[in-house]
Amino acid sequence: MEHIAVWVAAFLTLGIVSFLYKDNPWYKLSESIFVGISAGYWFVVLFWDNVHGKFWTGVFPPEEYDAAGNVITKDPDWMLWIGALLGILMLARLVPKFGWISRWPLAFIVGSTAGLYLINYFSSNMMRQVQGTIMPLFGMWQTDPATGEVMFQAFSTYDVVGNLVILIGTFTGLVYFFFSKEHRGVFGATAKVGIFFLMITFGASFGYTVMSRMSLLIGRVDFLFGTWLGLIK
Amino acid sequence: MITGIVGAVFVLQYFIPHWPFSKMNAWFSDWFSIVAAFAIWLGALNLMKISAQKVVGRKEDWGYALVIIFSFLLIVIPGFAGGQGYREAGTFFSWLYEWAYTPLSSTMFAILAFFVASASYRAFRARNLEASLLLIAAFFVMLGRVPVGDILTGFMPVGWRLSDLASWVMNYPQAAGQRAIMIGIALGLVSTSLRIILGIERSHLGGE
Amino acid sequence: MSERAKEILVVGLILILSIIVYLGKVGGWIGALAFSPAVSIVVIILIFLALVWMLVRTLRGQLLDRRIVFLFVALAVVLPFFMSITQEIKISPEVQQLYDALESLPPGSKVLVSFDYDPPSAPELQPMAESFLRYCLLNDLKVIIMGLWPQGPQQADLALQAALADPRVQQKNLEYGVDYVNLGFQAGNEFVIQRMGANIESMFPRDYTGSAYRDLPLVRNVKNFSNIDYAFNLSAGYPGTQEWVQVAVDRYGLWMGAGNTAVQAPMMYAYVNAGQLEGLLGGMNGAAEFELLTGLPGKGTKYMLSQSFAHMVVIAFVIIGNAAFLTSGRKKQPLGQGK
Repeated sequence: MEHIAVWVAAFLTLGIVSFLYKDNPWYKLSESIFVGISAGYWFVVLFWDNVHGKFWTGVFPPEEYDAAGNVITKDPDWMLWIGALLGILMLARLVPKFGWISRWPLAFIVGSTAGLYLINYFSSNMMRQVQGTIMPLFGMWQTDPATGEVMFQAFSTYDVVGNLVILIGTFTGLVYFFFSKEHRGVFGATAKVGIFFLMITFGASFGYTVMSRMSLLIGRVDFLFGTWLGLIK
Repeated sequence: MITGIVGAVFVLQYFIPHWPFSKMNAWFSDWFSIVAAFAIWLGALNLMKISAQKVVGRKEDWGYALVIIFSFLLIVIPGFAGGQGYREAGTFFSWLYEWAYTPLSSTMFAILAFFVASASYRAFRARNLEASLLLIAAFFVMLGRVPVGDILTGFMPVGWRLSDLASWVMNYPQAAGQRAIMIGIALGLVSTSLRIILGIERSHLGGE
Repeated sequence: MSERAKEILVVGLILILSIIVYLGKVGGWIGALAFSPAVSIVVIILIFLALVWMLVRTLRGQLLDRRIVFLFVALAVVLPFFMSITQEIKISPEVQQLYDALESLPPGSKVLVSFDYDPPSAPELQPMAESFLRYCLLNDLKVIIMGLWPQGPQQADLALQAALADPRVQQKNLEYGVDYVNLGFQAGNEFVIQRMGANIESMFPRDYTGSAYRDLPLVRNVKNFSNIDYAFNLSAGYPGTQEWVQVAVDRYGLWMGAGNTAVQAPMMYAYVNAGQLEGLLGGMNGAAEFELLTGLPGKGTKYMLSQSFAHMVVIAFVIIGNAAFLTSGRKKQPLGQGK
């Protein structure tokens, strides 16, 4: 069985790799298997973890016992039926005639996402980031725990420069995103500095993307030459 | 209207984390979880529907559509038949996960490495100052994040080698740029969310 | 010979060669391949010369076929696996920060680990997962595993098996449900996190194996995030670290670090800088650095040489492309087109 397993995996791996040469039947076969298996995988896992694990056990709680062996009765959570009903309405999409019904669950999904995003992005990605940018630049007044004396603790040059870079970079970058005013004069120059910072960001992101993609390839090479052919220690 | 009420509840419960908003928040989160599961089921079932139509109509590449249906059933049947322990080590489901699903999905993404390299060769040009900055930052990071960078700059004093420069770029100018983008996106998302909750934006319902 | 026949011939040859090598592996007459340091250096010089040749060809105006670029990438990734060269890995501040946070936890602390990735990201995140779990189990930290991606808990199961195979971990006679637990997956993305902030059991009434939440001694008294001492999120996208920071960290005050694929790691630096994340492992090098700090070398360290070479080859091709671009007097992009 172990031999079959590695050969199946190697066959499928090479099938996808063969796409690098050109599109071919081996690739298409592997791709179709991938599509089918991955859809099936999600289907099964969602059934057991969600529909069964959450909905079914919530509505019909199974008998549970505490340490002493007494039965713990849990009240069924009837509200979950509404969730299931919305979910089933979602499946109405499969029948073109009743497709419009799926707008209700869709409205629910969009509404909850909008509500949660409004708060999350506002607090974490805006307020907290602004807060993180406006910080002491050169040092902080701190109380010495031993003597109780309030002393000025200066930052190192490295930190001061870093904090300044963060401040300038964030500010100018935001100025660049401000499209309601024409980028001219002082405003334009500031936006230009912003572009420089954004370019560094994109460059770093590109570097990290290369890093990521190469890592994935390395993982597959380890499988082919290590697990399969046994050439790697 | 559903959108507006649900959205408003999620916003309100942040400011008033008490009854009834806390309870409604719990219900809505539970429902969301279930509806999300059904939405993914919808995707899978739709795939089966389209594939079946292809096979029945003997359309182009119907053989591959048949393979899709077959492999779907191949994993779904043992998945349902296996009961709650369906994915424990030793089951056919976990075998398929490890030896078919894992290699296929990993290789799909792994071959992108080749295309990234080929794109770097063809399109990554130092056309102007901005593009050069992008290129330099990419070089610093690519070299500085692997040990080879320090081998190449071994003659520099400690603290000025490529790994230190890469660390600095990532933690300061890069983080500043990311933060600007983050705040920019957040502003956009917050205003869109507000438009959706207030009913100004309705395109998600099929464009009215 | 027709194109078709040639292709079939090549596939056949590869198949026969693989069967021979495989039989050799099974029969024990072909062992692991390893280049001596001298051979390794010769191989490096050969690759370098070949790259110089590519530069010359490009400067002469011949556009390289993309399959040649592919071939170099393949060589740069495969050959280092056989080389015997050691390289020094340096610790980044954000990795050190994560390690320090872990070191500050007293034995018995509860650590929540969320596995939010699938097999494609496993080469980067699985080494982190394995060394993180091994570190926790060796240092008597109690591990609570969950996933916002369906494949997550399954990857966690694989990482757990790897961590439990360590002889020093085996000596501790750890028990499922008491020392570590896998709660499984739940659909709903950030809504799951949001609900966990009030009540974890409501989202995970049953664990990965189907046991009831209350029957697990480790989590029986864990009501919500206030009972968690530290959290670690392994993330490859959405839902992932951004959602954890937004909901669990900023709303419920969870103390948290993260391990990310390199693709999304750059964004997380803004969170690290603002103090929302306590430590970050980014990509394969993050994994290797963490392995070095914990003294548990694993796949991250093993893969780093290939990673170094792959980066060098990409940089070489960027340079080759730009050299041609600059010498052609920055005219219209001579290399921009092509197939």
